[in-house]
Amino acid sequence: MIGALNRGFRHVGHMVIDGVWKLGVATRFSWFVMSRSTECVRRAQLLLNEVYFTGTLSLIIIIVSGLFVGLVLGLQGYETLKRYGSAEALGTLVALALVRELGPVVAALLFASRAGSAITAKIGIMKATEQLSAMEMMAVDPFARVLSPIFWGGVISMPLLAAIFSAVGVFGGYLIGVVIIGVDSGAFWSQMQANVDLQEDILNGLIKSVVFGIAVTLISLFEGYDAPPTAEGVSYAVTRTVVTSALVVLALDFVLTSFMFTGV
Amino acid sequence: MKRTTVDLWVGVFVTAGLVALLTLALKVGNASTVSASDGYSVFGQFENIGGLKARAPVKSAGVVVGRVGGISFDDQKFSARVTIRIDKRYKFPKDTSASILTSGLLGEQYIGLDAGADSASLNEGDEIKITQSAVVLEKFLYGKAAEGGTKK
Repeated sequence: MIGALNRGFRHVGHMVIDGVWKLGVATRFSWFVMSRSTECVRRAQLLLNEVYFTGTLSLIIIIVSGLFVGLVLGLQGYETLKRYGSAEALGTLVALALVRELGPVVAALLFASRAGSAITAKIGIMKATEQLSAMEMMAVDPFARVLSPIFWGGVISMPLLAAIFSAVGVFGGYLIGVVIIGVDSGAFWSQMQANVDLQEDILNGLIKSVVFGIAVTLISLFEGYDAPPTAEGVSYAVTRTVVTSALVVLALDFVLTSFMFTGV
Repeated sequence: MKRTTVDLWVGVFVTAGLVALLTLALKVGNASTVSASDGYSVFGQFENIGGLKARAPVKSAGVVVGRVGGISFDDQKFSARVTIRIDKRYKFPKDTSASILTSGLLGEQYIGLDAGADSASLNEGDEIKITQSAVVLEKFLYGKAAEGGTKK
């Protein structure tokens, strides 16, 4: 009985210390990645390849999900607003929901599962097959040559993807609200423009997506680099990337929202 | 410089992203509407501003002519001091009155300007003398209830 309790405490303590330790390593790792960024300025092609990999290849999933999220928002929003006789506010509802929250958050979640998992798998396997060590043997810094371009590629792609998501979503809301249901087109756009603020809403949404881009890419890189060099280790690392990214994005979203939209 | 296919696709992606941002700024946001940064400020003292917020529209005859610049509390007169920024295209007479109105039943509050007849017009830093406070629902209802009570 005492022994089992003792083991339980020891297990919890071990987990806490391990978590803090890992966070420290992750911080040092992040600093390494950022401090070796000069290589991607010098060799833009490295960066471009990563933007292509994380950004362009994620376009389809972002556009399609953005459209459907916009369609659903339009439909649900209309059903609710109709009861209060203010169906014209549909444009405001769709645009604010997308620009402030859904655009950055859902794009970041999709980004984590589409690009983040691929990054982790790539780095994990490069490490397992000792490609990173081989680079070091040839005096090529893997941080400067591989990790840092991926980081900056993700940071550049994420805000653009979130903007595309929001824009396509607004179009989806327009499609359902105006084209299919028949809300007045002028009221839809003018109410939207009157209530969506450039700084308050759009700029803050952009800041959110940049923060999410940094967080998701760093988590993906770190999990890949930290993965045990086995098939199982890499597979666990990919899972951890998606789970941790999702949790971190949602938690950061709450923190950022409470800073940005304090109900002024 | 050698052109690769990757460059083309990155170009497509970045263009799409920037177009989306521009659409959000111009079509969804209010970057294209009256910014009122190019204008002049006048002040008004209100007994009660209700739910008026900074950046709320300032309308005259229903047309947006400016924005509320800032709201502060004046502890000399114990009233609210509202800065109104008006687009420089529009000139208003000195005896213009300002009232706090509500758009629709549940809509947001805005400032309505009613032009007077003075020949001189409002300039930077002038004060609007005639102001009408926001209607606070409770005060209005209690006022009506008191009126009802005296009639009996």
